[in-house]
Amino acid sequence: MEGDSLFDKLSRRGVSRRDFIKFCSAMAATLALPSSLIPRIAEALEKKQKPVLVWLEYQDCAGDTEALLRASKPTVGELVLDILSVDYHETIMAPAGTQAEKSLTDVVKNHKGKYIAVVEGSIPLKDGGVYCCIGGKTAKDLAKEVCGNALATIAVGTCAAYGGIPAARPNPTGAVSVKEAVPGITVVNLPGCPMNVENLTATVVYYLTFGSLPALDRLGRPYFAHGKRIHDNCERRSHFDAGQFVRKWGDEGHRRGWCLYEMGCKGPEAYMNCPVIKYNEGTSWPVQAGHGCLGCATPNFWDVNTPFYRRLPHVPGFGVETTADKIGVGIAAVAAAGVAAHAVAHAVRKKESKEETGTQGDKK
Amino acid sequence: MRAVENALGITVPDNARIIRNLITGIQYVQDHVIHFYHLHALDWVDIVSALKADPAKTASLAQSISDWPKSSVSYFKGIQGKVKTFVDSGQLGPFANGYWGHPAYKLPPEANLMAVAHYLEALDWQRDVIKIQALLGAKNPHAQTYLVGGMSIPIDPNSQNALNAGSIAFIAGLSGKAREFVEKVYIPDLLAVASFYKEWAAYGGGVGNFLSYGVFENDTETNTANCWLPRGIIKNKDLSTVHPVDHTKITEYVTHSWYEYKEGDAKAKHPWDGETDFKYSGPNPPYEFLNTDKKYSWLKAPRYEDMPMEVGPLSRMLVAYASGHKRVKEVVDGVLKKLGVGAEALFSTLGRVAARGIETLVTAEMLPVWLDQLAANMKKGEFRIHNGQKWDPGTWPKEAKGYGFHEAPRGALGHWIQIKDGKIANYQCVVPSTWNGSPRDAKGQKGPYEAALIGTPVADPNKPVEILRTIHSFDPCMACAVHVVDLAGKRITKIKVV
Repeated sequence: MEGDSLFDKLSRRGVSRRDFIKFCSAMAATLALPSSLIPRIAEALEKKQKPVLVWLEYQDCAGDTEALLRASKPTVGELVLDILSVDYHETIMAPAGTQAEKSLTDVVKNHKGKYIAVVEGSIPLKDGGVYCCIGGKTAKDLAKEVCGNALATIAVGTCAAYGGIPAARPNPTGAVSVKEAVPGITVVNLPGCPMNVENLTATVVYYLTFGSLPALDRLGRPYFAHGKRIHDNCERRSHFDAGQFVRKWGDEGHRRGWCLYEMGCKGPEAYMNCPVIKYNEGTSWPVQAGHGCLGCATPNFWDVNTPFYRRLPHVPGFGVETTADKIGVGIAAVAAAGVAAHAVAHAVRKKESKEETGTQGDKK
Repeated sequence: MRAVENALGITVPDNARIIRNLITGIQYVQDHVIHFYHLHALDWVDIVSALKADPAKTASLAQSISDWPKSSVSYFKGIQGKVKTFVDSGQLGPFANGYWGHPAYKLPPEANLMAVAHYLEALDWQRDVIKIQALLGAKNPHAQTYLVGGMSIPIDPNSQNALNAGSIAFIAGLSGKAREFVEKVYIPDLLAVASFYKEWAAYGGGVGNFLSYGVFENDTETNTANCWLPRGIIKNKDLSTVHPVDHTKITEYVTHSWYEYKEGDAKAKHPWDGETDFKYSGPNPPYEFLNTDKKYSWLKAPRYEDMPMEVGPLSRMLVAYASGHKRVKEVVDGVLKKLGVGAEALFSTLGRVAARGIETLVTAEMLPVWLDQLAANMKKGEFRIHNGQKWDPGTWPKEAKGYGFHEAPRGALGHWIQIKDGKIANYQCVVPSTWNGSPRDAKGQKGPYEAALIGTPVADPNKPVEILRTIHSFDPCMACAVHVVDLAGKRITKIKVV
């Protein structure tokens, strides 16, 4: 069985060739790859052995672990049984205590330089790292050992990628990202609160298919997931351009799916593929459900994007030719012209749309 | 959110109440099933033993306890084949180094195979049914829809961008699927497994005090006691009296926690006056064990009238049972009768596991009721989802304080807030796992986990599956370290609870 491919394994589980190719197509779509590459993905998956993966949790809420359970392409069952060998994951693994620790040390010893480490949660450095210890060892020392000997590390969720909520001002425990805690290692950041699990599976498949990690932006995020602004792919963009804004929760504009910019939506400054792949197998995403984007994949979003419900002061306005690299963490000068243009357009449209908005929903 | 609503005197619209009930309801159902199959079952189920099962006998067993349509011989044969392939691959992943073959595993191979099949089925089921929460709250996990004053999901039967008739149908379909699995798979499996582990009705009792804030509001008053699962306290396992809950009687100690209070460690503080100032005094890492005579935990020790309290499904079901809740009483009595045990069996590890299943069933039954309420509001043109009177912080008083009660799946969750000049002056959360995982207090009283482990037999200290059974039965929130100390104070084993 050792020499069997993924497809062999799947077919023994009753997965047809057709379903397998469908899965490869879904992967290509998530990765924004042309369909001509589907055979290559299929070929790669058929050849590969199950790569070993370990999942480490530090200062976290297990939201990314919960997200993993929602994986659909492939499902978590397929991931854990067929595609990967998830040798350590505190939440789902059977053993505990010394037996669990053995599973982790076995991987570091037996698969040195060949396994993938996934980290969920930030790592506290203050006071010698006492704020997060597992089995008496600090998160920092554990991460250094496990990530330091891994082929690559995937930081899932904004806490692992950038420090996240534990690092929010005043950052009492000195929480930092994996990259800061273990300098010099190869890290792919998959931020989000939580990460979108389809981006995690796509990253793994990218590696299995191309033998390399996906191209990353200057914040360490794959372009395939973070290359475009939410605002530019937003299903409500036409309402922004038309100056039709939600002004109150439940008003007529809100019920008709107008733009949430005035309700504090951070979509104009956020870079992620939420509008395209959505969550829970395409069921919804925040804007579709009537709530603005919080910009949860942005470094320090808890500090820089609050108050969450206050309108962004400087929206870059029109144009889709922007990336996080150009705009930067704050708002670059390139946005200034757009702001002015938008302010004028906005003032005009605000006047026009006033009569149309929300009385019906506020009857009582 | 509810603490702020309480501080500012905000009442939410009826639709917000209903949507919150639906989101919490499906969360209970999904979370409890995941807990049973994916976080707890392997303490009771030996996967490797499933390889020895006879698929035909497994099918007979499954058919004898439920009419779930999948239970055929070929189905179980297929599952067994998958497990064999997986085991033969030599890459056991998260199942490597498990306690397989441990003498504490009591299920026959057929029951193990049935449970493994349902472990896999539940993985697919949970992904599907939780879409109710994604529809109402944008995504799961981490719904993004809760607002101070209501919810952000609009309602309008004549819009494609709001909850409409299609949404009602979507939720109805998935809640039916949720309920069917609970009735036909989870509950029969729970009873089947429990019948082999009846001795666990004598272990894991804990502190004997149970607290529930009440959940699933029947009216829109903030922190209303008018809840479908009632609010109350049971003291010292006495089901004859349900005591009322007064939030001012809740305090937290830091005597054995790595914090310091300005007034010293001897006195507990109410969360409104709570302080969270770190003062680590444990050993320098890496360390092997902690000294429980000193400070040894990052959790504070919450107490009610100076008593430790257990929280969670068992507390909610006991409070409901003792309050005479009709449906809960029916199901609890039915389960006790099936297992042939008395009500005293509820105060145990097994009671905790059973209570979670009972709660799942009764909650799944309520999903269509709340959904009907939403549809009825929609029908009469009641679309309000948010009370915006206090949305602008300019409308707030200079100072305000409030508290918010909620019952998370794993237990009582309270938030306390002080607001000054439109900003948070103090915010304290007392969460389920601090109640249950509480370290000792100034009087040396143990918290529920610690108390529950006393008297638990451990056959092999290096493979302490028995300890996991009790700790996992609480559904602990965190990947945390619990240090087990025997009566002589000597460390016997170190357990990572996951």
